[in-house]
Amino acid sequence: MFGWTHGGFIVLGYAITALVLIGLVVWVVIDHRAQKRRIAELEARGARRRSAGRPVRAPDPGAAS
Amino acid sequence: MATVSVVSRITGLANPTRFLALAGRVIPWLAGVTAVLLAVGLVLGFRAPPDYQQGDMAKFLYIHPPAAWVAMLTYGVMAVAALGTLVWKHPLADVAAKAAAPIGAAFTFVGLVTGALWGRPTWGTYWVWDARLTSFLVLFILYLGLIAVWRTIEDPTRAARVTAILILVGSVNLPIIKFSVEWWNTLHQASGALSLTDSSVDTSMLIPMLIMLLAFTLLFLTLHLTAMRNEILRRRARTMGLLAAGRAA
Repeated sequence: MFGWTHGGFIVLGYAITALVLIGLVVWVVIDHRAQKRRIAELEARGARRRSAGRPVRAPDPGAAS
Repeated sequence: MATVSVVSRITGLANPTRFLALAGRVIPWLAGVTAVLLAVGLVLGFRAPPDYQQGDMAKFLYIHPPAAWVAMLTYGVMAVAALGTLVWKHPLADVAAKAAAPIGAAFTFVGLVTGALWGRPTWGTYWVWDARLTSFLVLFILYLGLIAVWRTIEDPTRAARVTAILILVGSVNLPIIKFSVEWWNTLHQASGALSLTDSSVDTSMLIPMLIMLLAFTLLFLTLHLTAMRNEILRRRARTMGLLAAGRAA
């Protein structure tokens, strides 16, 4: 294959590598979308993060000076 | 003063929200540089001349050693993260370890398969139970075992502690993989390539190999940061779900 000796082994090795690495990329992208969708659904149902319930701290008057 | 600044920056990253913001900015750049390096490394690799002994089978140099390197690097990252969980109780340490495991397993699988495909025409066999190959197979089994433990234990805090201990116990395998070719008489050759000045590999093959090593390393970083971001969001969603259920009860 491609004029290489043992070209079949080389092509198969590169094909499997590409398949696994592209699979990893697809997996993290799909997982990211799924998690964002899940959080959006929870927020739409009124669920809040633990930190969302904490009182907002007043700004430090001296911070701007 | 500079040390204090670096430490405070690292400590600042312990905040998942800050980490998410930073990852969002860094990931696109890392992905872009990785894609360019992969393209350059592959083009140079395919244009490199055949080796005087291995012939065209030297094309495996551009995927097998980089995959094996990242497989071990990933476990090293997990070992540091395990220390972070047990010693410093860093909030992102378990996230880092858990996110790295499937990536490490995938790169180890690539290392095993490409090694077997290289071995058949070169050694006359896909597999031998020599120290390097066996310890590398153990690494793959360790990754699968750790993923199974994370999936089995429902309580994240308990899962973090159990897996951190297992990771540290398993890390004894890393020096075994690295030095197996020196400690035992193995069919797998010793590595002698990683130097531009004192390498047994010709520069026409060494340069694309080093570029692919860097590309695979950056690919790992990109995937790891993205997987960590996903894991933080997964835990955030879990907490939100539990809080919502608590309020409803």
